[in-house]
Amino acid sequence: MAIKKRNKPSELNPNVRNKNFEEVTRVFTAEMAVNEADRCLQCKAKPCVKGCPVGIDIPGFIAKIKQSDFDGAADVISEANLLPSICGRVCPQETQCEALCVLNKMGEPIAIGALEKFIGDYKLARGTKVEPIKKIGRRVAVVGSGPAGLTCAADLAREGFEVTIFEAFQRPGGVLTYGIPEFRLPKRVVQNEIKMLKELGVVIKCNVVVGKTILLDELLEEYNAVFIGTGAGLPSFQGIPGENLPGVYSANEYLTRVNLMEARKEGSATPVYRGKKVVVVGAGNVAMDSARTAMRMGADEVSIVYRRSRKEMPARLEEIHHAEEEGIKMLLLTNPVQVLGEKKVEGIRCIKMELGEPDDRGRARPIEIPGSEFDIECDQLIMAIGTSPNPLLPQATPDLEITKRGIIVTDENGLTSIPNVYAGGDAATGAATVILAMSAGRKAAKAIKESLL
Amino acid sequence: MFTILAKRELAKDINEYVIDAPLVAKNAKPGQFIILIVEEGGERVPFTICDMNKVLGTVTILVQTVGATTAKLAKLNAGDTIASFVGPLGNPTDLSGYKKVMLVGGGIGGAVIYPQAKLLHKAGIAPVTVMGARNKDLLIYENEMRTYSSRFYPMTDDGSYGDKGFVTNKVKKLLDTEDFDVILAVGPMPMMEAVTNVARDNPVKVIVSMNSVMVDGTGMCGCCRVTVGGETKYACVDGPEFDGKLIDFAEARTRASFYKEFETEEDCKIRGPRKK
Ligand SMILES: Cc1cc2nc3c(=O)[nH]c(=O)nc-3n(C[C@H](O)[C@H](O)[C@H](O)COP(=O)(O)OP(=O)(O)OC[C@H]3O[C@@H](n4cnc5c(N)ncnc54)[C@H](O)[C@@H]3O)c2cc1C
Ligand SMILES: Cc1cc2nc3c(=O)[nH]c(=O)nc-3n(C[C@H](O)[C@H](O)[C@H](O)COP(=O)(O)OP(=O)(O)OC[C@H]3O[C@@H](n4cnc5c(N)ncnc54)[C@H](O)[C@@H]3O)c2cc1C
Ligand code: SF4
Ligand code: SF4
Ligand code: FES
Repeated sequence: MAIKKRNKPSELNPNVRNKNFEEVTRVFTAEMAVNEADRCLQCKAKPCVKGCPVGIDIPGFIAKIKQSDFDGAADVISEANLLPSICGRVCPQETQCEALCVLNKMGEPIAIGALEKFIGDYKLARGTKVEPIKKIGRRVAVVGSGPAGLTCAADLAREGFEVTIFEAFQRPGGVLTYGIPEFRLPKRVVQNEIKMLKELGVVIKCNVVVGKTILLDELLEEYNAVFIGTGAGLPSFQGIPGENLPGVYSANEYLTRVNLMEARKEGSATPVYRGKKVVVVGAGNVAMDSARTAMRMGADEVSIVYRRSRKEMPARLEEIHHAEEEGIKMLLLTNPVQVLGEKKVEGIRCIKMELGEPDDRGRARPIEIPGSEFDIECDQLIMAIGTSPNPLLPQATPDLEITKRGIIVTDENGLTSIPNVYAGGDAATGAATVILAMSAGRKAAKAIKESLL
Repeated sequence: MFTILAKRELAKDINEYVIDAPLVAKNAKPGQFIILIVEEGGERVPFTICDMNKVLGTVTILVQTVGATTAKLAKLNAGDTIASFVGPLGNPTDLSGYKKVMLVGGGIGGAVIYPQAKLLHKAGIAPVTVMGARNKDLLIYENEMRTYSSRFYPMTDDGSYGDKGFVTNKVKKLLDTEDFDVILAVGPMPMMEAVTNVARDNPVKVIVSMNSVMVDGTGMCGCCRVTVGGETKYACVDGPEFDGKLIDFAEARTRASFYKEFETEEDCKIRGPRKK
């Protein structure tokens, strides 16, 4: 049997899109979606499903698309995934569902992510009618409005719980709002998901920092249970000389200014430095997003500096590919040792690396090559080398057990060391993915339901 | 939305606002701050909590008009609303364990430490206060500070009131003749640096309140970082108050002036050409 080629959604021209914030990858047309669905072999063993952290019935929803039953496909997905428009866009499919698709052996895997995005957007455009839900007289507070908090809130609201989300920022969405840029995840998609949540009766209170504005103990006086989904927002720096020079940004600061604070827009109230020669340190999604944003903010040259090789880059394949298409340079096996400059950053001193023995996570350990230092000129430096859970809430809550690395300790249901207090997402795992945060929110919602009913 | 319940002009370009924010008022303590957004889509800017009334649910702030956002705020009046008002952020002032306290305020900084003066007064250890301003009109909350201080020394740059000269002149004189346990200095960065330097050879502890540039105020951006005793700290969550003698003021100065420098450039690199 001849295997047809994978359908690819159209993409904006790299030389045009790297100057604007429009979404790079278009959504499938209905015709393309049906064509792509047609390639699926409907494997009985469903290997692809094992790759999905939330176990979506992938052949199931694809079969519906094949029959042009898009509403039916949406129903199948919604059994396992609340945010298909988002996951279809940002899941690392090539290491999850698509990695296990049998078609890998004979060609290219089914474009599961693109199909999921198609169905998610189809559903969002149509809007869902929310049936009135009978309230059961139980109240739950959710701290943080990232994917973990949003999912937990939605699942509980559907069961009749009265849910209030408390969010520190002025707008809900967590990383989906302040971190991942518009050209990858349009904010209207996130806003639509949040609108749906409000229709379910979830109350969202922004501008509330739990641990400061309200203490966890105070929440427990008013609510039967609390879910903590505060993410991993604390940025890491390298600890090298010169890192506090003006012009050195954490990716969080840079992306927050551009996305949430809208510094990308002409005449915005929030300033951000628009570098001409920008260096981004790191090679995850956050680094790719920062580099591609810097390009769109008017840089002449943007380089990624990464201490390992291409094979170890943790970003989604598509992001690396898109970044390179947009003209971003990759300086691999290179590590910064000093930030140069007087009043602001003027450059960065790097050292060449080679790969040694694998570390405890199985990734080759980078080793400095003595005497190989060299300087790169730059007027802006963005550090995207990782984040850890924000200590603010645990510090204000001595009874909440955390690990040495600041991760909230939970059992398999998300229950923390405090009765009726659950946690999930990046706050309970360290920086991970949207889909894992979502599934943690869902798991905790289930546990809360079982304990309170 | 948060309502401005009252507004008072205390001096040219200095306004006092009473904001309806019961949640913030409930847990607020002297030394902490809030971050506000004037209108949807606007900048997040920090201000010290100058007073709070837990019964009425109000928070008072004093704002000096210096730039775009504070100018926008200055246009609003009682009854108007602002988009966001989040807090209390940062750690409260901790003067426990000190017996003889000197409060040093510069400009608006002299006023925002009035709750600390009140607390010390109540504890029976009223502070010695040195309060400086450019001229008499800019010396705000003078009566309040006078009431709660054991001694009160006003200073003006132009000699229009009190002694002529900078607060450091008075601080130095006081340190030369008396022993103090601690100085709490709040005001513009150069003033806090100068006070710290005057006290450097004296065993007195100096606490300053760092007004670094901030975004979130919760520790997630790192924009407010300051070097304290060789370590990087975040002013918003580790501070805002730090041991002045351990602060790398040279670095703090360059960081504070970063946006200033670019905002005054003709072809503004930060915001793009300014819309008139
Ligand atoms: C730039 C960037 C790009 C990424 N790209 C991808 C990608 O392509 N694919 C992918 O799968 N993952 C990606 N990730 C990771 C993914 O976004 C996170 O794993 C996910 O968002 C974690 O969700 P969460 O709900 O745990 O927390 P978050 O999304 O971090 O949300 C936490 C929320 O809690 C709020 N909060 C924190 N503390 C408090 C408090 N004390 N009181 C009240 N509110 C509080 C925060 O303001 C925030 O809104 C990316 C992350 C970043 C930063
Ligand atoms: C913890 C903290 C507490 C503060 N408390 C008060 C207060 O009680 N009353 C008050 O009037 N101001 C206070 N400030 C300073 C206040 O936040 C700034 O004046 C304000 O952000 C300026 O906003 P703007 O948009 O009007 O000015 P911009 O247009 O942003 O800037 C105008 C000028 O002010 C400088 N500037 C901007 N931000 C700061 C800053 N954080 N510190 C010093 N200079 C700055 C700029 O470089 C520029 O020269 C505090 C700052 C911090 C960090
Ligand atoms: S949720 Fe993510 S992993 Fe699961 S099927 Fe969708 S894209 Fe694949
Ligand atoms: S493994 Fe691939 S071909 Fe088989 S059912 Fe899953 S998506 Fe379809
Ligand atoms: S203001 Fe962002 S970390 Fe302090």
